[in-house]
Amino acid sequence: MRSPVARARRALAGRPRRIVAAVAVVVLVAAALVWAVRPQHPDFRTESAVVTVRSGPAGNEPVDLDTTLYLPGDASEANRVPAVLLAHGFGGTKESVRSDAEDLVARGYAVLTWTARGFGRSGGQIHLDSPDYEVRDAQRLLDRLAARPEVRLDSAGDPRVGVVGGSYGGGLALLLAAQDQRVDAIVPMITWNDLSRAFLPESTGKPPTEGVFKKGWAGIFFGGGGNAGSGPAGLSGATAAVPEGAPASAGPASPRPGAGPGSGSGRAPGGAADPSCGRFAADVCAAYLRIATTGRADAAAVELLRRSSPAGVLDRITAPTLLVQGEADTLFPLTEADANARGIAAAGTPVRVAWFTGGHDGGAGPTSDSDRVKFLTAQWLDHYLEGEGAAPGDTFTFSRIAGFDALDRGLVATGYRTDDYPGVTGQDRREVALTGPAQPVAVPPNGNPAAISAVPFAGALGSLLDGVAGDIPGQHARFESAPLDDPVDVVGAPTVRIRAASATGEAVLFVKLYDVDPQGASTLPSGLVAPVRLTGLPATLDAAAPVTVTLPAIVRRVEAGHRLRLVVATSDQAYATPADPAVHTVALADGPLALPTVDAEPIPTSATVWRWVLVGLLAAIVVGLVVVVLLTRRRHRRQDRSIHPEYAGVPLAVRNLRKAYADGFVAVSDVDFEVHPGQVVGLLGPNGAGKTTTLRVLMGLTQPTAGEIYVFGHRLVPGSPVLSRIGALVEGPGFLPHLSGLDNLKAYWRATGRPWADAHFDEALEIAGLGASVHRRTKKYSHGMRQRLAIAQAMLGLPELLVLDEPTDGLDPPQIAEMRRVLQRYATDGRAVLVSSHLLAEVEQTCTHAVVVNKGRIVASGPVEEIVGESPSVLFDVSDPDAARTVLDRLDGVRVLPDGDGGLVVDTNGTARSEVVAELVRAGIGVDRVVPRRRLEDAFLALVGDNSRGSGDR
Amino acid sequence: MADSSTASTSGGAAVGYRPSATLPFGAEFRRQASRRRTQLGLGFMVLLPLIILVAFQFESGGDDGGGRGEFASLADLATSGGLNFTLFSILVSASFLLVVVVALFCGDTVASEASWGSLRYLLAVPVPRARLLAVKLLVALAYSGLALLLLAGTALLAGTLRYGWEPLSSQVSAELAPADGLLRLLGVLGYLAVVLLVVAGLAFLLSVTTDAALGAVGGAVLLWILSSILDQITALGGLRDLLPTHYSSAWLGLLSTPVQTDDVVRGAISAIVYATLFWGLAFWRFTRKDITS
Repeated sequence: MRSPVARARRALAGRPRRIVAAVAVVVLVAAALVWAVRPQHPDFRTESAVVTVRSGPAGNEPVDLDTTLYLPGDASEANRVPAVLLAHGFGGTKESVRSDAEDLVARGYAVLTWTARGFGRSGGQIHLDSPDYEVRDAQRLLDRLAARPEVRLDSAGDPRVGVVGGSYGGGLALLLAAQDQRVDAIVPMITWNDLSRAFLPESTGKPPTEGVFKKGWAGIFFGGGGNAGSGPAGLSGATAAVPEGAPASAGPASPRPGAGPGSGSGRAPGGAADPSCGRFAADVCAAYLRIATTGRADAAAVELLRRSSPAGVLDRITAPTLLVQGEADTLFPLTEADANARGIAAAGTPVRVAWFTGGHDGGAGPTSDSDRVKFLTAQWLDHYLEGEGAAPGDTFTFSRIAGFDALDRGLVATGYRTDDYPGVTGQDRREVALTGPAQPVAVPPNGNPAAISAVPFAGALGSLLDGVAGDIPGQHARFESAPLDDPVDVVGAPTVRIRAASATGEAVLFVKLYDVDPQGASTLPSGLVAPVRLTGLPATLDAAAPVTVTLPAIVRRVEAGHRLRLVVATSDQAYATPADPAVHTVALADGPLALPTVDAEPIPTSATVWRWVLVGLLAAIVVGLVVVVLLTRRRHRRQDRSIHPEYAGVPLAVRNLRKAYADGFVAVSDVDFEVHPGQVVGLLGPNGAGKTTTLRVLMGLTQPTAGEIYVFGHRLVPGSPVLSRIGALVEGPGFLPHLSGLDNLKAYWRATGRPWADAHFDEALEIAGLGASVHRRTKKYSHGMRQRLAIAQAMLGLPELLVLDEPTDGLDPPQIAEMRRVLQRYATDGRAVLVSSHLLAEVEQTCTHAVVVNKGRIVASGPVEEIVGESPSVLFDVSDPDAARTVLDRLDGVRVLPDGDGGLVVDTNGTARSEVVAELVRAGIGVDRVVPRRRLEDAFLALVGDNSRGSGDR
Repeated sequence: MADSSTASTSGGAAVGYRPSATLPFGAEFRRQASRRRTQLGLGFMVLLPLIILVAFQFESGGDDGGGRGEFASLADLATSGGLNFTLFSILVSASFLLVVVVALFCGDTVASEASWGSLRYLLAVPVPRARLLAVKLLVALAYSGLALLLLAGTALLAGTLRYGWEPLSSQVSAELAPADGLLRLLGVLGYLAVVLLVVAGLAFLLSVTTDAALGAVGGAVLLWILSSILDQITALGGLRDLLPTHYSSAWLGLLSTPVQTDDVVRGAISAIVYATLFWGLAFWRFTRKDITS
C-alpha cells in the first residue's frame, strides 16, 4: 500500500521537488496575471441605430440621431427594467458616456445613449438644449423607450425612466424633466441654472446684460461645437476612467489650437453651413458673435440663452432631482446648482445636492469623490426608478481637498455631510477683518496683459500647486487679514464690501480671495474669481458707495496662521474687459469679510473599516501567539518525562536508531549500543559509516526516522533538557570568528544560562592549552588550536557524557597523547566519553570499549580487548623476513598481511603458532619474537572488509 | 523515587539549566554587538546624516533648474531646519539603505551562526529552537529599530545644531510647529519601522532556510527590489495592492495636512500580514528541519 506513496515521495525528493516548487510558483504567478487581465464578460447587449425623430417648434422637422440602447442580459418582456436616458456633454458623442452606460446597465437599467443633434454622426444643428429641438428630440427618445418591450412602463407610452447627464447633458435632464412629466428621476451634474448668467456673471447682483463675458470658456465651447465631428469626445476622450454621469460627460472637446468654428469637419451631415458658425444654429451663432465682439450681451442674446436655461421652468420639474456640482468649476460654479436646488425644492419636488472636488476644471476629482458621486447616483436611481432601498433623503454631502495622495500623487478629498442643505450662504458666518489702504489700479488696454486666475481643466490641481494664479503689478489692489488664530472651514460664498472710484464712471473688476500661507505663498481656491461691473462711479472715493460682492462659493480650510488676501484686479484672461486704458481707485468699505461655514461631520470611509481590520489583525496575531505558546507548553508538559528504569544510570543508550533522508538515502539503518559510566567508548567506522549522523541525532540536530536514544534514562529528542548533560564536539569546531577563544567560551556559557561558577573555565582552558593565544581571535587560530578550544568548550560544565567527533583531528602527536590521558581521566566519577573516530590506533589506545559501525549498522561492539582478541594474526620478528615470507607463503592457509613495520604480520588462519614457528626454524630462519597481534586495525578490517567504497558518504 | 520525581520535573537537565534561561536576550545582544557588521551598520547610520550635512555645505549657489518634483522640493527644504533635515535623511535612506540594513540584521543572524558552525552548539546546549529563533528575531529587530533611531536621532541632532529648531515644512502641508512636526516625524519613523517588518520577515525566513548569510541578506533585498519594480507596472492594476512594497511610501501621507492615514493603515496591515506569514514560516521550518551545517 505504501509503495505508490513512497515512490511519489521519492519522485518529489531532492532536485525534482525544487522543480515542482518552482513550477508551482510560476503557475500561481501566471494564474494571478491571467486573473488580473481577464476579459470582462459583460452581461448586456447593445443595439445601435440611427433613428429619425421629428422635432422643432412644430414637431415636424426630421433629424437623424445616432443612438445606442444598452439592455441588461436578463431584460425581456417578462422582466421589464427601468430605463435611463444618458446624455453626453458638449462636444461629446454617445461614445463619451459608454463606460457610464455600461455601469448603469450592469445595475439593471436599460440605458439609451445618443449623440445630440449637431454633434458626431447625428444630424441637425446645435440649439443649446433648446426646448424645441434638443429637448424635443429627447422626448421622442422617451417615446421610443416606451415602445420597447423590455422597458418597464408606468402607463401606456410612459416609460419608467431617469435622465442622467453632465454639463450639456445635465442641462438637458433639467429641461426635459420640466417639459415632459414622464421623467421619473433626474441626476443633472455640473450644469447650469441660467446660461446667460453662467457666461455673463456679475457678482453684485446685476443682470446678465450687465455681466462680464466669460470669453475663455465661451470660446472653447464655440470651438468645440464647430469641431464636434473631428475631435475626441468628452473631457479628455478617456471616459473609461471617470465616474458615471457628469464627470465623464462633463466637458467640451479639448480646444484645438487653430481650429476655429470655420474649420469644422465636413463629416457632419449638416455641417456644410456658414463657415463662421460650424454646426451651430444660426440664431445661437449670431448671438455668440454679437456677445464675443462687444463683450456685452443684448437683451435678445440673453433671451436666447435663457430659453436654454432651466431657471425659468424649475417649478415644472416633478421628478426627484439629485444635483451634483463641482467645486473646481469656473464655468458652472456651485451657485448654479444652488439656484436649481432652490427652484426645484420650491415646487415641493425632492432635491438632494452633492458637491465634489472636480468639475469642468477639476475633472472627475479624486477616487473617493467619484465613488461618492457614483454611489449617490445609483442610490437615487435605485430608489426612484427601481423602487429599491429607502428614500435617499436630502442629506447634503460635499468634500474638500485634503492634500496629495502619497502613493499615486493624486489629490485626496475628505467627504463631509450635514443634514440640511445650507446653500452657498452657509449655516454660520465667521468674520475676518481686512485692512489695506485705498489703491489705484490700472486697466490695461485691450485687457492685455491680464491676470491669470484659472486655466480650464487645470483648476483644482493648478490652484493647489500655486502655479497658475498670478496678478499683474499695478493692475490689482490687495487687502489682507491678520494671520488667523484658528483654522476656518469655508463652505459657501464669502461676501465682502468694497468701494471704487473712477474718472470713467465705470469699472470692471475681478474680486478674488487668496489663502496666503506663513511663507507668503498664495493660493486662489479653484481659480474662482468674482467679476463685477460697477457703473455710475464717482471720480473720488469719498463719494463712492459701498457695494457687496459675493465671492465664488468655495470649500476650503484656511489653516491657523494663514492670512486671507482680497485682491481686486482690473483684468482677467478668462473674461472680456473694456478695451480703453483707465485708472480706478479701489478701497475696502465698512464691514469685514464674511466667511460662511457649515457644521458638517466627515463621512466615514472605508479607511475606518481598514482601521478595524488592523486592530482585528493585531488582536488575531496576539491571540494566535498565545494559543501557540499555550499549545506548545501543553505539549511540552505532556511530553514523556518518565525515566526508562532500565537505562536510569546509563549515560547513553541508543536503541534501533534509523535515519533515512528525504531522498531515500539511509544513513543509519540500525544502530544499537550503550555507553556506561566510566567507559570511553570509541565509535569506529570508515568514512560514511553513519557515525556523524548518529552523533547528530544524539545532539538533537536531526530527527531520527526510527529508534530511541536514552540519556540517563531520559528519552532524547531535539531540544531535550537532558542534552544539557552532554558536552559535544560534532563535525568540527564552530566559533564566532571575531571573538577571542576565551570570549567564545564565555559567550557559549552565557547562552546556556547556567551559573557562571558551574562552567569550570580554568579546567577547560587548561585542557585547551592555548596559553596566551586564548586572547586572540579564533579567526586566526590554526586547525589544531580550534580543535582544542572546541574540546574545551565541550568540557565546559564538566558534562556527564562527553561526545567527541574526531577529537584528535589536527592535533600533533604530543597533543594526541595528552588528549588520550585527558579523556581517560575524564571518564571517572560516573562520567563517560563517546569518541567517534576512523583512526583505529587512536581508539585502541584511548577507549575502553568500541562500537564498530559499517554501512549504517553495528558490526561489533564490546570492550576493545574483546574485539581485538578475536583477531587471529601474529607478529613474527625474524632474522630474515624475505626468506620467512617465502616459507610462510608455502604454508597452506597462512597469509602474510601487508602491513608489517619491521616484523611480519601473519594471519595463521587456524594453523597452530607452534607449527608455524617450527616451519620457520626448519627453514633456518631465526625467530626472535612471536607476539599475538592484538591490533584493532586487523579486527576492523576483518569486520568491515578492506573495501569501504560504495558505502557512500554518510 | 525522590530522585526520579525531581528528574521528571527538570527533564533530567543538568543543575542550573532551565530552557527559558538559555540564550538570554542580553547574551545574544552582546554576541551581535561584538560583530563588525553590526558596528559598521550602526556606525553608518550615525555617519550618513553627517555626510549629508557636509554635502549640503558645498552649495553651488547656481540654480540647476529645480523642478525635479517632490524629491527636489524636500531636498530644497532639507536645510530649513533640523526637522526637515531629519525628514530628508529618512527620505533618502528609506527606499534602499534601511532595507539593506534591516535585511542585514535579520537575514544574517541565523545563517551566519549556521555558516560558522556555532548554531549546532547552541542547539546542543540545548537552546530550544523556538526560543533561539525568538531571541534572535527580537535582537535583530532591536538592532533594526536602533539603526532607525540612530539615523533619525543623529540627523535631528546634527540638523538642529546646524539649521536650528524650526517648524517642519513641506510642499504638501501647512507648516507644522516643531512639537507637532516632531510627532509627525515619529509617526513616519513608526510607519517605516512597520513597513520594514516585511524585509525583516523575508530576510529572517531566508536566514533559517540557508546557511549562506549573504544569500539571505541579498535574497531579501533582491525580492524587495523585484516587488518595487512590479509596483511600477501599472498594468498589474489591483494586483499591485498585494505587493509588499506597494504602500512603502505611504508615510508621505503623514506629512500632509490633515494627516492621511488611509494608506498608512492599509500599508501597516499589508506589512504585518506579510511579516507574520514570513515569521510563521520561519518558525515552522526551523523547528522541524534537520540542522546539517
